[in-house]
Amino acid sequence: MALWARLDDVCVRYGPKIVMQNLSLDIVEGAITCIIGLSGAGKSTILRLLNGLKKPDTGRVFVRGKDITEMRERDLIDLRRTIGFAFQFSALFDSLTIGENVALPLRENTKMHDGEIRKLVSETLDSVGLAHVEERSPSELSGGMVKRAGFARAVVSNPAAVLYDEPTTGLDPIITHVLTDLIVKLREKLNGTAVVVSHDLESIYIMADYIAMLFEGAIVAYGTVDEIRRSPNPIVQQFLQGSEVGPIPI
Amino acid sequence: MKVFEEVGRGTIGAFAYAGGVAELLGDALRFIAGLRIRVRETLDQAFLLGVQSLSIVILTSLFTGMVFSLESANQAVSYGVGNLVGGLVAFTAARELGPMLSAVVVAGRTGAAIAAELGSMVVTEQIEALQSLGLSPTRMLVVPRLLALVVMLPLLTVLADIVSIVGGMWVAGVYAHISQESFITSARAAVPFDDVLKGLFKSVVFAVIIAMIGSYQGLQTRGGAAGVGKATTGAVVTSIILIFMFNFALSYVLFGSS
Ligand SMILES: Nc1ncnc2c1ncn2[C@@H]1O[C@H](COP(=O)(O)OP(=O)(O)OP(=O)(O)O)[C@@H](O)[C@H]1O
Ligand SMILES: [Mg+2]
Repeated sequence: MALWARLDDVCVRYGPKIVMQNLSLDIVEGAITCIIGLSGAGKSTILRLLNGLKKPDTGRVFVRGKDITEMRERDLIDLRRTIGFAFQFSALFDSLTIGENVALPLRENTKMHDGEIRKLVSETLDSVGLAHVEERSPSELSGGMVKRAGFARAVVSNPAAVLYDEPTTGLDPIITHVLTDLIVKLREKLNGTAVVVSHDLESIYIMADYIAMLFEGAIVAYGTVDEIRRSPNPIVQQFLQGSEVGPIPI
Repeated sequence: MKVFEEVGRGTIGAFAYAGGVAELLGDALRFIAGLRIRVRETLDQAFLLGVQSLSIVILTSLFTGMVFSLESANQAVSYGVGNLVGGLVAFTAARELGPMLSAVVVAGRTGAAIAAELGSMVVTEQIEALQSLGLSPTRMLVVPRLLALVVMLPLLTVLADIVSIVGGMWVAGVYAHISQESFITSARAAVPFDDVLKGLFKSVVFAVIIAMIGSYQGLQTRGGAAGVGKATTGAVVTSIILIFMFNFALSYVLFGSS
């Protein structure tokens, strides 16, 4: 199994608060890895580490074999163009329309013609259930629509790897199903890698090749869907069952 | 001991700040030198900036020119040198008033707007989103604003020069009965074209200060909406102080011997 990325003994702190302590995690190439964990556990931070938006205080982050903690900004920029990132809160550019938002990576990073870009943008928006909103501005859309537009911007350039931060949180069951399917389809189409942070266990069981559970600054469980579901670890079981009683303090 | 600690920390902070601004400026200049400029965004910014600041620049320079003329004209006439008023007003306008007034107004208007806009892009993760697409916030956001200011502030300064001189001329005519011909002749004689150019050079420096401080403060924003407010006021205060300091230094260097 080739690795797409590896977090190696990573520590992250915000001020005095320790978010990650000696955390190590392998991300398998061509697979969908889902990251689960409590709110505030550091799941979004893991995605930021994987494309160099956040540097660990100590430890190393390898992507495709290269240590990105020591990479020059210029190389990091080239790397990021090959990684899509769907932000938890979408992070659409509010000075641009939805269409311009989705088109931006194509306009800036490719030599595609205007017509091709337009076509691809509208196809991608269609695929997330957002037809005919190109001209609208992000402030005119509902939360769920904005979320899907952020999803579209992350995948429009067909990146070899995509990081999804809670792609289906706050969406209705039908759209959740559509996006889960889309994540799987995109991975198959490009034989690409996906890392998905999610609380939506149903979707995770459908799409995940591997699941990693983050708890108190470390990965406490890692395995296939079956392995995790049958895990004897009481932390994992409490989390999957959503139970109030168990080792996880509330 | 505590005092020394505070002073020490303050000094380190100031150096870190200056270093951060210098690094951002270096970054921006590299993109400009490589002609990696977003022309459309630059023009949009220049237009916006002109519209934002035009009326305030006109009003402040008009009234300042008028009050300057009012106070000097009465004095001058009573000493029998009314024919020097035009020179005095024009001289001050071209060297100091025009560049300073327009810079301070634009710092309050556009510098604040830049810090607020970039700051809110930080807290809504739009800056990180740019980076995640492999795009440089410096190239996409800072360079267009820097260029727009460097082009527009000197234009606003020329306008401020003219408006304050015209305002001064009107007041001198009404209150001290100094004729337009005498005012203009005196103004022409007192202000060599060189002085106007030096005044415009000042405003280019001020433009760089406003753009870089606004951008840097915006990009350094931490901590939600409250952080955006802090960044905005911080940008205005810092750039106005720097404008006054640089104005003195530049006047000393440019006009010191004349
Ligand atoms: N910029 C920051 N400054 C200070 N603390 C931060 C910052 N970003 C994150 N944190 C802290 O780091 C921890 C991990 O944050 P992160 O966003 O990675 O959590 P998460 O697992 O994605 O949570 P959620 O499921 O709620 O999105 C949190 O406790 C948060 O308080
Ligand atoms: Mg998160």
